[in-house]
Amino acid sequence: MSLIATLSRLEAVTTGRAQPLATVRHRHLSERPLVFVPLTTAGEAGAPLGALVGTDRDAPRLLVVPQPRDRDLRFAFLAELADVVLPYVDSHADAVEAAERTETDPETGKRVKVEVELCADAPQIVVPSRAGVEFVRLLGRSMRFRRTAEQDPEAPHPAPPRVPLLGRWLTHYGERARVPGSSLLLALTEVLGRHWATGQSTLEDQHLGALLAWIDPPAGTSGAEAALRAELARDEQGQLLCPPAGPATDPAFDNKLLAPAIERYDRARTALAAAEDGLEADTRLGILTAAEREVRELVLSRTRPTWDAVWRGLDLLRELPEGAHVEERWTRDRWSFTGHRDRVLAGEPPQPRRDDAVTAANKLATREREQARLDAQEALDDPLVMAGRRLAGEAFAGEVTEVVMAYSEGKRPSPRPLVTVRTDDRPHLGERAKVYRSLGGKPQSAECVGVDTDDGLVVLRVLDKMGRGKEPEPGSVPEKGDRVCFTLFEHEQRGGAKLPDPEQTPWTHGGPPGEPVPEAADPLTQEDVL
Amino acid sequence: MSTEADVDPGTAAARATAAILRDTLHGDARGVVVDSPPGAGKSTLVVRTALELAEAGRPLMVVAQTNAQVDDLVLRLAEKSPELPVGRLHSSDADPYDKALDDLPNVRKSAKAGDLAGLPVVISTAAKWAHVKVDEPWRHAIVDEAYQMRSDGLLAVAGLFERALFVGDPGQLDPFAIVGSEQWAGLSYDPSASAVTTLLAHNPDLPQHRLPVSWRLPASAARLVSDAFYPYTRFRSGTGHGDRHLSFAVPSDGSGPDRVIDEAAASGWGLLELPARHTPRTDPEAVRAVATVVRRLLDRGGAATSERSPEPAPLTADRVAVGTAHRDQAAAVRAALAELGVRDVTVDTANRLQGREFDVTVVLHPLSGRPDATAFHLETGRLCVLASRHRHACIVVCRAGVGDLLDDYPSTEPVQLGTLVKFPDGWEANHAVLAHLGEHRVAWKP
Repeated sequence: MSLIATLSRLEAVTTGRAQPLATVRHRHLSERPLVFVPLTTAGEAGAPLGALVGTDRDAPRLLVVPQPRDRDLRFAFLAELADVVLPYVDSHADAVEAAERTETDPETGKRVKVEVELCADAPQIVVPSRAGVEFVRLLGRSMRFRRTAEQDPEAPHPAPPRVPLLGRWLTHYGERARVPGSSLLLALTEVLGRHWATGQSTLEDQHLGALLAWIDPPAGTSGAEAALRAELARDEQGQLLCPPAGPATDPAFDNKLLAPAIERYDRARTALAAAEDGLEADTRLGILTAAEREVRELVLSRTRPTWDAVWRGLDLLRELPEGAHVEERWTRDRWSFTGHRDRVLAGEPPQPRRDDAVTAANKLATREREQARLDAQEALDDPLVMAGRRLAGEAFAGEVTEVVMAYSEGKRPSPRPLVTVRTDDRPHLGERAKVYRSLGGKPQSAECVGVDTDDGLVVLRVLDKMGRGKEPEPGSVPEKGDRVCFTLFEHEQRGGAKLPDPEQTPWTHGGPPGEPVPEAADPLTQEDVL
Repeated sequence: MSTEADVDPGTAAARATAAILRDTLHGDARGVVVDSPPGAGKSTLVVRTALELAEAGRPLMVVAQTNAQVDDLVLRLAEKSPELPVGRLHSSDADPYDKALDDLPNVRKSAKAGDLAGLPVVISTAAKWAHVKVDEPWRHAIVDEAYQMRSDGLLAVAGLFERALFVGDPGQLDPFAIVGSEQWAGLSYDPSASAVTTLLAHNPDLPQHRLPVSWRLPASAARLVSDAFYPYTRFRSGTGHGDRHLSFAVPSDGSGPDRVIDEAAASGWGLLELPARHTPRTDPEAVRAVATVVRRLLDRGGAATSERSPEPAPLTADRVAVGTAHRDQAAAVRAALAELGVRDVTVDTANRLQGREFDVTVVLHPLSGRPDATAFHLETGRLCVLASRHRHACIVVCRAGVGDLLDDYPSTEPVQLGTLVKFPDGWEANHAVLAHLGEHRVAWKP
């Protein structure tokens, strides 16, 4: 944790309210996000119990699996989920704008510009917490290798038609969520935690109710009290007043309420199957329907508070103006969405179970680049974030006290003005260390010539962005009295080296993986046929 | 054949080197891996292999990890064989290489690999090599510091050579990624793993060698470092207990710093222990203690006698280094040293001290004053680097209570299926070092 974050947390403790960590919003928020609040069954990975999902905060769609271990009911749930999510995804797939992309021409090997489509907007899914992102990933993994009856008429338990496709989309979203700064799939606790520091630990911040209690406590209570209540307060039946955001549920709820309800549902179903005549079946169907409704009510009672909390959190975030670079990062999200749309349209197979060596290395390189880019952009967009970097010695701000014109040696001397900056910051500057400032959105670099820590003076030699002439272009060199802010980190990230194509994987990494074989469907397991 | 322990260190090392050269020059394996403990002559081996390959007329590319390492290798090559044409491939940034290279007539420098074509040896960093495209791969490569190279770094350059010698120190800091990479844990080609891990996972039959003798570490340190960090691949020092000697002209004034200096001069190790306390990372008292020890080391007229020369060499600022875990700690120590008027003493983090050598090191213990022990601070390699940079003595400055802290925080990193568990773990190594340091403890007294 950075020093400024620690200080903010201490301040949150003393004031009883979360303190801002940012003055602008650093993540894109869609006009019409799809909020997804899933619940899972204890004891079995990837067995959904139910979910609230939708784009209208007043009309969420409730999906419930009354017996989570029943595979048919689970498929029915997933099919219903596909009916909500896929139309939402498709609604973004058709509105496109023309864009250019550089590609390598396969014949000449040259880099050429090609006209391509870029989706004008991308679907955004919001889940309550990081565990929700994991659950999206798990659902995606559990669905994308299923076979529908159409794909494989022999499949013993074919999946409903659109389920494998939903699996591919959720997998794409889960994978994209690993890219720093991406906004296709957001965990609300993470986004809120980026913008506010609470007086509790980061682990406790993963509880959406407690986190919101710190940020926006009810009138008359402190954040700490409200958070404690959100975490621990129970009613006379021993149930949490604020159910956890899931996907895992509270054990007291599981044992006292959910398990008996599911058992009643099971009994009613068995009884219905054993009904001997129509009249008896009618009565028993009524009991079964009532039992199912009871489970639905329970699931609704545990997801609705979280649903409302997610929208409240989004409201809080919308109050912050969007950071200057957010749009640029969202454009990369749109590229990511468009790319996957094209792969689906082209009939490509689902994402493989495991990345090959080259894909894994490319992904890691991309994410490291995005992380560095995000760190730089957040600081440039937000003086409060920059203050944190200044406090860490990674940037400094101050007033220009002197500018001395100087020139480079050589045949065509170029301007290399010496700029003295007085600063109260304590940057970790070494001799000839490179520093950067933003000049009209472009980084201008300078090198450190000398530091006088006693008087807080830093002498810099400006190196570029001054035009081609002998005299620097107007406005390209700081003037005496200017307030300037230089960073020790670079503002833009260079692209890494190009890795070999997968079919040219070298011997050190196992050699070429060979012809891609279509991945087999997930085999049936004992758990599948409970 | 006699075992290593029976023969003298020089013979044991020569045997190992001969076997490595045989496999590299005449073997048929595509790769040879050499594990080298601290100061075991890794650079000497690289230079010697490069010269032999050049002599045999086999074009060679050398991959190192940092520009400083590349420049160092070029200088060493030129020193051994001034006539040999060497190519230094560099980036197109300003000041891409050490200016000392400009004085070497047979070293050609360029930012384009094409300009260096046909030279017997071309040296560059892995990052620069990754941008090079060739029609015909090099017949040979030497990959230096291969344990500090990431698997994806090797992936980017492995297409450039047919076969390679991989040299490195498995005990030093593992490469790291600034984003999570758990999703690939357990895959043989996990891009965040070390290059050697991936190489051996795919090519388990490659010949592996080990340099058995550390020429840097004194006899007092080799045993501890070997036991604590290389328990299954032991090594020994090239010198005996009486071969090195550190003495001071100015006698001790009885203060904590002076007493710990004398303890370290006599035994090779010293622990200056401050009272237990939870502190910020840049613990002002500990930082001041480190600076004071350095100041006294220089003030007391130290003289180092070693096998290198019969005459004692003065202990000057450039022969002393301070090692820390974090960059802000290094910055704080630098500021404290500047206040005491000390210049030219290297102060850096473990990551940046890798591969460097000094007569005396002063180490701010990574766990000093901490309320918790994270995986970062427990990392085996970090402590190993800090405890193995010295030729004569190592002085550790630390708050009391680290032993209890270790017991409170056993390592809790999740075990990933399919990954090779590294032994010893940082927790155990930390305990081993701490136990040994405890025998050379001096309480802080200004």
